[in-house]
Amino acid sequence: MSILTKARPAAGVTPPAGGRGGHQKGDRRRRALGKNPIGLLLSAPYLIFVLAVFAWPLVFAVWMSFHEYFFAAPGAQIDRPFVGLDNFREVLGDPDVIRSFGNVGIFLIINVPLTVVLSLVLASALNKAVRFRTFLRVGYFVPYITASVAVVGVWLFLFSGSGLVNQILGPLAPEPSWLINSQWAMPTIALFVTWKQLGFFILLYLAALQNVSQELYEAAATDGAGKVRSFFSVTIPGVRPATVLVLLLSTVTGANLFTEPYLLTGGGGPNGASTSPVLLMYQRGIEQGSPDVAAAIGVLLVIGVLIIAFIQRKVAGGDES
Amino acid sequence: MSPRKTRIEGGQLDRGQHILRGIVLFLGALVFLFPFYYMIIGSLQKSPDPTVAGAFPNPANLTLDNYTAINSRVDLVQGLVNSGIFTGGVIIGTVVFGVLVGYALAQLQWRGRGVTFALALLVQVVPFQLLMIPLYVLIARDYGLADNYLGMILPFAINSTAVIIFRQYFLQVPRELFDAARIDGAGELVLLWKIALPLVRPALLTVILLTFIGPWNEFLWPFLITKEASMQPLAVSLANYISTVAASAANPFGAVLAGACVLAGPAVLLFILFQKHFVATNIGSGVKG
Repeated sequence: MSILTKARPAAGVTPPAGGRGGHQKGDRRRRALGKNPIGLLLSAPYLIFVLAVFAWPLVFAVWMSFHEYFFAAPGAQIDRPFVGLDNFREVLGDPDVIRSFGNVGIFLIINVPLTVVLSLVLASALNKAVRFRTFLRVGYFVPYITASVAVVGVWLFLFSGSGLVNQILGPLAPEPSWLINSQWAMPTIALFVTWKQLGFFILLYLAALQNVSQELYEAAATDGAGKVRSFFSVTIPGVRPATVLVLLLSTVTGANLFTEPYLLTGGGGPNGASTSPVLLMYQRGIEQGSPDVAAAIGVLLVIGVLIIAFIQRKVAGGDES
Repeated sequence: MSPRKTRIEGGQLDRGQHILRGIVLFLGALVFLFPFYYMIIGSLQKSPDPTVAGAFPNPANLTLDNYTAINSRVDLVQGLVNSGIFTGGVIIGTVVFGVLVGYALAQLQWRGRGVTFALALLVQVVPFQLLMIPLYVLIARDYGLADNYLGMILPFAINSTAVIIFRQYFLQVPRELFDAARIDGAGELVLLWKIALPLVRPALLTVILLTFIGPWNEFLWPFLITKEASMQPLAVSLANYISTVAASAANPFGAVLAGACVLAGPAVLLFILFQKHFVATNIGSGVKG
């Protein structure tokens, strides 16, 4: 409310949109700030928020990665010398870090294609489904809206040594069990995240499918294209901008992996087979008190994501509309 | 449903495919929902029964003890209250400031509008994890906001997705509506309050639901910033229970799953009640009426 009352006088000064000409002073200000300068005032809290919570910490993270930084009592003046690429050298020479990036690679190779294919197929099927719509929507979206921490509990139970999954698989069950098996730990996490996030990506595709012209399907049908053919030649090109977005967002999600290795595999076990860079950032930065090293891991991670995103855009192509 | 028969007539082929698609979708949804069903069953078992038979409720093995067990280790009510304050703060910040920006982006012309919109899009792909360390240094160390609700809320205070949604909704409101009111001499905030807000009420609900699941389910940030058990949201205290004390409980899975049900419950319930609002609602009728 205080914003409302404070800003009201300013609102009164704003010239009505219809009033043209005659206002010399208004014209000059209009050129400097636009027709409705109050827009800037309304957006100010958000802009301050973005600067304080995103822009500044981003700069700070990069700065930190080039300096020797450690925690100190608040207010204490400490020299934090510039160390050039030392932090990066330390990070790249650390086998744990290299391994964690490899793990994310495995994760992305499984998770991203699975997510794109499943969410597109399910979305186009859901788009045409008539019956049980509510049930189906709830079914596919519920994992997405539930806390990872909550569903991790069930997965631990399901995939434990004598858990239901192994009971069903019988002799086919891997030994040692999924989450404590160094080969299966990461794929199991990738499967978990795919299941967990799919609802969101289905939602994105459902929205994109509304923009695919019905006439294109009719044209394809008159040309003798079957269901499968028109899926490949109408649906897939039609939702390309959404695919670019899904690729990008699922890659970012993968790079941000933390909760799952922390809880599902007890902190990146077995023996670092499922550590993620973010988990290492937490361990190195906060547990072991070297935020500079953690910041360097973060910078490398973002560079990696940018490279992957760039390649994806080149491959998936499509101009975003 | 015999495939040979359906091949004869186009109409029947379509129907066969419809049914097949329906069955596949239905089974898929069951697979997706199964862990939730299993979560409830597991939380009610006296002793964990991981066999196939254990997936069906067995009256002899049912109990509410797990809920009391988890409650004696993790203060569920306090956890829910903390989660609620955290989530509520984020929702209030997002709705109040998000409406203001969304309106300014869609209906007003001002210098910096393009940059602001680009920022709102850009912010969504900045990995929070890169910001985690500097934010921790700034908020927990420099501002001393560790174990503090404000420190918890701050990094999430305005949801950028919500800003985009509000903008999208405000774009659909015809500009003439506002121009007419402006000619009548209404100020911008009056316009926003009296005309724009009522028209985007459906967006409000979508935004609240969308924003709710973020902080309610968030683990990493509150985990970093709260060390005191009495300040931890439920997701954090449950995670701590899973990673440390679970091994010492009599029925660790039962207790963990009971806690999981309590954490998942509110989000799932809200979603089921308002699931229609998870898609963009047409506000055309609102404009016409």
